[in-house]
Amino acid sequence: MEWETVIGLEVHAQLATRSKIFSGAATAYGAEPNTQACAVDLGLPGVLPVLNQEAVRMAVIFGMAIEAHIAPYSVFARKNYFYPDLPKGYQISQMDHPIVGVGHLDINIDGVIKRIGVTRAHLEEDAGKSLHEDFHGLTGIDLNRAGTPLLEIVSEPDMRNAKEAVAYMRKLHELVRYLGICDGNMQEGSFRCDANVSVRPKGQAEFGTRAEIKNINSFKFVEKAINHEVERQITLIESGGKVVQETRLYDSVKDETRSMRSKEEANDYRYFPDPDLLPVIIDEAFKAQIKADLPELPEAKKLRFKADYHLDEENIAILTATRALADYFEAVYKKSGCEAKLCANWITGDLSAALNKAGLEINASPINDERLSGLLVRISDNTISGKIAKQVFELLWQSTANADDIIAEQGLTQISDTGVIVAIIDKIIADNPNQVEQYRSGKDKMFAFFVGQVMKAMQGKANPAEVNKMLKERL
Amino acid sequence: MHTKTLAELSLGLHKKTYSSVELTQFFLNRIDQHQALNSYITVTPELALAQAKAADQRLADGTADLLTGIPIAQKDIFCTQGVMTTCGSKMLANFNAPYNATVVDKFNLAGAVMLGKLNMDEFAMGSSNETSYFGAVKNPWNINSVPGGSSGGSAAAVSARLAVCATGTDTGGSIRQPAALCGITGLKPTYGRVSRYGMIAYASSLDQGGPMTRSAEDAAIMLQTMAGFDEKDSTSVDVPVPDYRAGLNKSLVGLKIGLPKEFFGEGLDENVAATLAAAIAEYRKLGAEVIDISMPNLKLAIPAYYVIAPAECSANLSRFDGVRYGYRCESPVDLTDLYTRSRGEGFGKEVKRRILMGTYALSTGYYDAYYLKAQKIRRLISEDFKAALATVDVIMGPVTPSTAFGIGEKMDDPIAMYLSDIYTIAINLAGLPAMSIPAGFVANMPVGLQLIGDYFAEVRLLNIAHQYQQVTDWHNFIPTGFE
Repeated sequence: MEWETVIGLEVHAQLATRSKIFSGAATAYGAEPNTQACAVDLGLPGVLPVLNQEAVRMAVIFGMAIEAHIAPYSVFARKNYFYPDLPKGYQISQMDHPIVGVGHLDINIDGVIKRIGVTRAHLEEDAGKSLHEDFHGLTGIDLNRAGTPLLEIVSEPDMRNAKEAVAYMRKLHELVRYLGICDGNMQEGSFRCDANVSVRPKGQAEFGTRAEIKNINSFKFVEKAINHEVERQITLIESGGKVVQETRLYDSVKDETRSMRSKEEANDYRYFPDPDLLPVIIDEAFKAQIKADLPELPEAKKLRFKADYHLDEENIAILTATRALADYFEAVYKKSGCEAKLCANWITGDLSAALNKAGLEINASPINDERLSGLLVRISDNTISGKIAKQVFELLWQSTANADDIIAEQGLTQISDTGVIVAIIDKIIADNPNQVEQYRSGKDKMFAFFVGQVMKAMQGKANPAEVNKMLKERL
Repeated sequence: MHTKTLAELSLGLHKKTYSSVELTQFFLNRIDQHQALNSYITVTPELALAQAKAADQRLADGTADLLTGIPIAQKDIFCTQGVMTTCGSKMLANFNAPYNATVVDKFNLAGAVMLGKLNMDEFAMGSSNETSYFGAVKNPWNINSVPGGSSGGSAAAVSARLAVCATGTDTGGSIRQPAALCGITGLKPTYGRVSRYGMIAYASSLDQGGPMTRSAEDAAIMLQTMAGFDEKDSTSVDVPVPDYRAGLNKSLVGLKIGLPKEFFGEGLDENVAATLAAAIAEYRKLGAEVIDISMPNLKLAIPAYYVIAPAECSANLSRFDGVRYGYRCESPVDLTDLYTRSRGEGFGKEVKRRILMGTYALSTGYYDAYYLKAQKIRRLISEDFKAALATVDVIMGPVTPSTAFGIGEKMDDPIAMYLSDIYTIAINLAGLPAMSIPAGFVANMPVGLQLIGDYFAEVRLLNIAHQYQQVTDWHNFIPTGFE
């Protein structure tokens, strides 16, 4: 039988606010356990939550970016369950009235655009962490993460294979970083997802019974976990078994999913409106302000880069992958006044390679847009050759000097003075009579030998165009 | 000194008739002499005397407030840094709060002296102060009777003059009912008037802190310090705090008093009814006009309350899990054992009953029938009050169906116990301000008159109460043995 896979994703994006969603404690990652947990995060008796407006703003930004309905009235609810890293015994989340309603996101699968529906996105607080190692059989609790704002983005079951799921997740990842609402750091858990997976015979209208795979924190694992789960379900059904509704955990080491709890064991969360918090009212003025401040979105930027800079698809894809890189490119283009292609090639080429090697993001680049522009200007006006430029780039990376200073200091200025070049050419012709003979008798390849000799003699500083021209004349 | 009101003592301190240290020591001695009442859970003599000394300095400097140097006591539901905050429960019997409630900070700022922490029903769940892990509080008017609850320790201490005044909290009548049963003045402010930050939550949408005092004037002074918007409490309301004392002396000529027929029907003790009738007659003499009104949905208040309050408390009390603070059972074998035994052993019977009721009401399949229905009733009740208060200035009625009942009398009958709050609960559902003022005695036990006003009309209620206290003496009576 031919099977069809149905996938829906619930993505948790940690919002990049400085303080927590309901307290003033910092959200920075990696602090000593329990040093970033205040009385509110610890769930002490008598404490009360106060909503961080920045988290609301970020949720609305996201909603607008996916053209979603922004709820004028949304409500925080308590989701009740006991767990040691959940200090209050309930998580403050949203249930019946989420802040972001129906929207959509378009993904590109081999050049074909597919629209994936977003059911809703709601604000909630993260829980703390249970630490099972290093406590000799006991469990440690770190509440630094407790109260970190999350935006849970729930998709429609619109994806039909793991590849689409990955494309959707990547697209969301790119978007939230573009919007500046999530750092997207998957190792630190800032962006993670649960996948709802089911299979059905091709052509069947009803969905099959789904399993929810929890807490997947990389693009690779989304693909592997889904593929594994699809295979498990098909094998199960074909051997006469039945898929049960349950929560499963993906084990990336063993590359398998295993059951966490069945539907029967599932908690009754007993959601009800949190009486400590007022409903969130979002008016037109608030929305208008956010709309005005909304950054250019990835799709629009790609189209504009094509129209304005006439760059090839590959360069556009790399340059627009993050807002920071795109901004860097545009700054270089503007400051240098050089051709877009030259700017793009240097940024996606030498600079990206160097950053990758050093493990740095563009924001931390040792060569800022100003200094790279300085280099490109000198390439454009023929002060230095492309080859010399690579040397200058190295020195720019290692120092804080400007390209002009480096060129002057190292004497790297390209020599275009025909007198100097001609003198050297004549000497080389005189010193290599055999090669001259060969060339003149029709061996065109020998021309490169002479170019090489001239460049060598001039330490690469000769203007190659001039060298070619002069050599042709003298030979 | 114990026969004087807060206002009178404040005057004495400012005139240096006595020092705050003397006044504080005097009250500490009284607390010591009357331990049998069991009104205090924790007495803090060292802290009190240190605060009194600081207060005397302020009185000497001329930087004193009306409350500077006045010995008060806090209901043990307000978190106090460095002093045990038990909420009347075994669960928090070892809990030393690392921070102050906003209300506590405000009294500290005003220079008030804290004598200690007052007994209360466990987690404020009870109407008799008998659910306290620290034992029942006795009513100073008859030690075999309950003082009411949940602010029973507060009411007994103020009535017996073991503190000049006290804080209380009121979720379904917990300030007004014990105030009535102990013959003192109690004010439950409008929901949102006083910050709930640091006040251990029972039912968040109903809880409200307020003053428990000898007189309306004293309540005005206390409320002046307690009231105000707090950015740490999202449900506190940012409306200006008026000068409560400045409004006390307004004439009541032309005041329209509404008497809901539902408040004076079956279930109300006839002697209490007669006492209230005499009090209403006094208001007529002051120039007020009495109008009969009806609020048909009042009868639904108790069932609605016993869905909403337990629902909220079932979540509010989840944090007491034995993991981070408070009671933890001996040698738990696993996580479930840690939870079930810590909570099973740490909570008392009434608290467990309400957690169970609330958990049930919020469960899948029951939510609409209970919780949502109760919320609808809550709106209907609010509308009843709104309609009534559009035609009258104040609604008056009983606070309790009878005078204080005997200790142990209703402990085995929760329904009978719940019905003792029948006249107070609706006001919490509507979020309105209300007072209980002493209005006479039946068989030597105090009777309270309830005054209910419009949102943020505390200044009006205090005025109405104060005018009555200018022509009556009920609030000045002292129980035998405490003179």
